Amino acid sequence: MAQVVTAVEALEEKYTQELGFDDHFHDHHHGDKFQSNFLTHYIFSTDHKMIARQFLITGIFWAFIGAAMSIVFRLQLGFPEADMAWLRPILGKWIQVNDAGIGKLDPEFYYALVTMHGTILVFFVLTAGLSGTFSNLLIPLQIGARDMASPLLNAFSYWAFFLAGVVMFLSLFLSTGPFSGGWTAYPPLSALPQASDGSASGMTMWIVSMALFIVSALLGGINYITTVLNMRTKGMNMWRMPLTMWAFFVTAVLGVLSFPVLLSGVLLLMFDRSMGTSFYLSEIVVGGQILDRVGGSPILFQHLFWFLGHPEVYIIILPSMGIVSEVLSVHARKPIFGYRAMVFSILAIGFLSFIVWAHHMFMSGVNPFIANFFVIFTLIIAVPSAVKVFNWISTVYGSNFRFNSASLFSLGFVSMFISGGLTGIFLGNSAIDIQMHDTYFVVAHFHIVMGIAAFFGMFAGIYHWFPKMFGRFMNETLGKIHFWGTIFGAYAIFWPMHYTGLAGVPRRYYSIDNFESFKHFTDLNKFITVAAIVVFFLQLLFIINFFYSIFSGRKMTVKNPWGANTLEWTTPIETGHGNWPGKLPTVQRWAYDYGKNGEEFVPQYIPLKEGEHDHGH
Amino acid sequence: MDAMTPEYNRSKIHQHKFALWVGIGSIIMMFGAFTSAYVVRRASGNWFEFKLPDIFFLNTAVIVLSSITIHLSYRAFLSGAEKRYKGLLVTTFLLGIAFVVLQYLGWQAMTDIGATFTVNPSSSFIYVISGLHAAHVLGGLGAIAVAMAHAFILPYKPTPRRKLRFELVVQYWHFVDVLWVYLIVFFMVQS
Repeated sequence: MAQVVTAVEALEEKYTQELGFDDHFHDHHHGDKFQSNFLTHYIFSTDHKMIARQFLITGIFWAFIGAAMSIVFRLQLGFPEADMAWLRPILGKWIQVNDAGIGKLDPEFYYALVTMHGTILVFFVLTAGLSGTFSNLLIPLQIGARDMASPLLNAFSYWAFFLAGVVMFLSLFLSTGPFSGGWTAYPPLSALPQASDGSASGMTMWIVSMALFIVSALLGGINYITTVLNMRTKGMNMWRMPLTMWAFFVTAVLGVLSFPVLLSGVLLLMFDRSMGTSFYLSEIVVGGQILDRVGGSPILFQHLFWFLGHPEVYIIILPSMGIVSEVLSVHARKPIFGYRAMVFSILAIGFLSFIVWAHHMFMSGVNPFIANFFVIFTLIIAVPSAVKVFNWISTVYGSNFRFNSASLFSLGFVSMFISGGLTGIFLGNSAIDIQMHDTYFVVAHFHIVMGIAAFFGMFAGIYHWFPKMFGRFMNETLGKIHFWGTIFGAYAIFWPMHYTGLAGVPRRYYSIDNFESFKHFTDLNKFITVAAIVVFFLQLLFIINFFYSIFSGRKMTVKNPWGANTLEWTTPIETGHGNWPGKLPTVQRWAYDYGKNGEEFVPQYIPLKEGEHDHGH
Repeated sequence: MDAMTPEYNRSKIHQHKFALWVGIGSIIMMFGAFTSAYVVRRASGNWFEFKLPDIFFLNTAVIVLSSITIHLSYRAFLSGAEKRYKGLLVTTFLLGIAFVVLQYLGWQAMTDIGATFTVNPSSSFIYVISGLHAAHVLGGLGAIAVAMAHAFILPYKPTPRRKLRFELVVQYWHFVDVLWVYLIVFFMVQS
């Protein structure tokens, strides 16, 4: 293997010299001055690779907080009788100790935990942590660009995200607690500061944080789109791009089109909260007092929210789909099955994501005839999704598959996406949704299909591109333990929720053990909680592996350890500013020539042979 | 091999210009959301109809005029008419300030006829939408201020870099103009 790779590196050198594109990058001394000391190199960097690592590590920090919150509320749900006084050092007054010395989780804080868990995971981890990391790392490297279209805006994008995080983090320490009205922030709960403890300053900080986050998402998205469309190296036409690029590109388009709509919804909410307007408020009695606001419509907020909210779930899942397509193809040593079908299904999913938002509102009083429209388009999303699943399975089928942490997590993604996708077909029907909505069935559905699945895509990406990010490998044994534990654990958590949900157990309730009809789920709930704790500790194993490997992992000795075709593996092991030391590589073929004409892999910079056909276009 | 390699037309559009267009796309989505919210909210009743003060039409004339002056200024910049370029740029800046002032007078006129910020969503929407538009105009005025600094401090030299910078300002200013025309037509059709 090592000799083969060295021969490949010699070839690469030859072709870069012969065919490379000289953009005179290194004739001018620029860029490096930004990385001259610790502060400018690690903190205020404008280099896309450093910003990617900043996004990733900040994302891991938030993932830890969000997951820890879920453990606290799972303890409450699984063991409502248990004494939680031991959490007092961390949660302080949110654990109320009664006369008998038994500590109980404050119900208001339970709602705050659920709300923060959703907000943090959806926005900070699976949007910023996932597409922020991999779009930044891979877009310039895989299309053959020196950096992003605007490195400065790219750095602003990270810092806006960081500030959003600071504001949200501070809101956790308010005496009235963080926002507690659910991550969807529906009015009137979110519009009236007097509606609940969390609706006071917690909600104000939530809005400020989200506004900063939207700025971050927009600056990032504008950069990703412009870079993909304008900065591709010579020969890299759209049909030669790896599927990761297509996925990140469509993700960015969705973000740029949908986040501004959330911003307008949130702005109107802000005016309702602080300026006395009534966009969303009408005829409300709060705290025994009649509110003098009339004429608003709370449904209006739901429309504006879900016009972002639905594309948002594809903003979360599409990057994972792209990563999984690339990782599966590399480790199966086979071309991705149906490349064009994959691209068109990404585009179709992106388009359809904008015309299905009201399926989140079937029970909000939407006209049933309008609901029909949304049911049909929701169910049509199953078609491109099924195309993708079929293509992933066909890519793996009959391959000489390399089982490692990255490829296992990709397979795990496909498994999760199928399991979670199937329940989506139930929920997409407005008639069935009458029974299912706001039950644990919904919780099971979206956690499997976009929570766990997106996380698996992210893990696959981290294990696969870790050498590119840090020049070292993560520990494979720990990685495999992490995978097998997490996939069984995740199913153990969410599979039983389908049953409790079908029986009607409502989500978001502080306690369900005082309903006679749900008494028989007590043991199941305990089981779910125990599984969640096990999975939580397995993720700590991942975090230890991650940080240990940054400093002491096995060193990367060859440029292209996986034998992949894409351009990021032609950069030096210690990739400097500008990515390629000399000329830019040019692209001669698509990204998926694996096992072609007896060669194990043919990287993208190798010219087509006489009479050879390029699959990309 | 050459036949298979596609035409290499990198940098046909400068990436900053393209990024501006994508950014404009996201601003369009935001105002699209506002005006859709307006339509949806209006359809659900309890809507207070009133006539938009005439000052908003004067306003429209001012911003359209400023779009023309900045365009002529850009043409003068390209053709080497330095004086005309500087003069028209300053005119544009003053017209932009006039627009914001007139906008403020327009809000006062609305308050005078009782269409205050909180009385009904029908007026609240106009304050919010036109206020947010005015914020975007202020951003544009900031960009024009930078362009003026370039015009008066740097020596006159139409290099590609300065051409691009000026073009970005011109395109954004045209955008806020067209956006306002859309909004005023929207308000007229709706009320």
